[in-house]
Amino acid sequence: MAGLSPAMTKFWIGFAGRLEKRSNAMEIGLSSYLGVAAVLFTIGVIGIFLNRKNVIVILMSVELMLLAVNLNLVAFSAHLGDLTGQVFALVILTVAAAEAAIGLAILVVYYRNRGSIAVEDINMMKG
Amino acid sequence: MTLALSELFFWLFSLILIASAVMVIWAKNPVHSVLFLILAFFNAAGLFVLAGAEFLAMLLIIVYVGAVAVLFLFVVMMLDVDFAELKAGFMKNAPLGLLVGVILVAELIGFVSSWVITPGMVSRIASPSPVTGGAVNNTQALGAVLYTKYVYFFEASGIILLIAMIGAIVLTLRHKPGVRRQDIGAQVARTPATAVEMVKVKSGESSVPAAKEKV
Repeated sequence: MAGLSPAMTKFWIGFAGRLEKRSNAMEIGLSSYLGVAAVLFTIGVIGIFLNRKNVIVILMSVELMLLAVNLNLVAFSAHLGDLTGQVFALVILTVAAAEAAIGLAILVVYYRNRGSIAVEDINMMKG
Repeated sequence: MTLALSELFFWLFSLILIASAVMVIWAKNPVHSVLFLILAFFNAAGLFVLAGAEFLAMLLIIVYVGAVAVLFLFVVMMLDVDFAELKAGFMKNAPLGLLVGVILVAELIGFVSSWVITPGMVSRIASPSPVTGGAVNNTQALGAVLYTKYVYFFEASGIILLIAMIGAIVLTLRHKPGVRRQDIGAQVARTPATAVEMVKVKSGESSVPAAKEKV
């Protein structure tokens, strides 16, 4: 704090005080984590809608959704004091990694066969 | 003051997480999308640390940034795709996507805010997490339940990874037609009858044209 001017010091002390005062009103609890995870999940869903042609971005959106689910599990684990949620988050992490590997492998094979990764061309296999 | 600091970091991590998640789906260049995905995972790891799940936070960085994001980067850079063309229908789908998104987030937030944990839940904890600042840290406590109580989940995760590995190899492995490979079975099964060809050569003629005809 020595390098700061008195006005800045006053600002930061006031800022911290305001934060402390506000922390009584809205404490970081379960609902904050759940809110962030809900917004993240929704961004993932919107990403699938917006990038309907690009499989790579769709896969990344799925990763975002899985991350939101993991955030939910960890938040509940921290709130209830129960480690089970973290174990399940671990399993979801594994499944997400496997899904990314298989999805990208399918993508590479598809690109070799078709020369593009447009989702609309995938229906060529129908009946 | 410590409470305020953790609150400050919570909102910092959350804001960067959500902003980078928006950039993942918004960026024109998929390479930028992958880099924003990495930023999102780092901030999610920060949120995990704030929630007391240090081991999962480190695992998130190792698995996602170290493996999955690199895999994405490899694929994005390996495929020679016109991404501007793939971006064409972006704005056309935007209203539907935003509509679904708004409905979904309203439902989720309504659900979260109107829902309470059962009061008797505290007595039904399956595996209690360690006390903050105690002798046992998060990694040790997680290992203690992961290898005993949840060992079947652990084994199942291993099998899932094995299947994913085999599947990825089977999908992407291709035998080029022009490459001569060693075929041990065919080599061992060679007999003089299949390996040697007897050619009757007339005196004064070359055997080469006849041999070529046979082949």
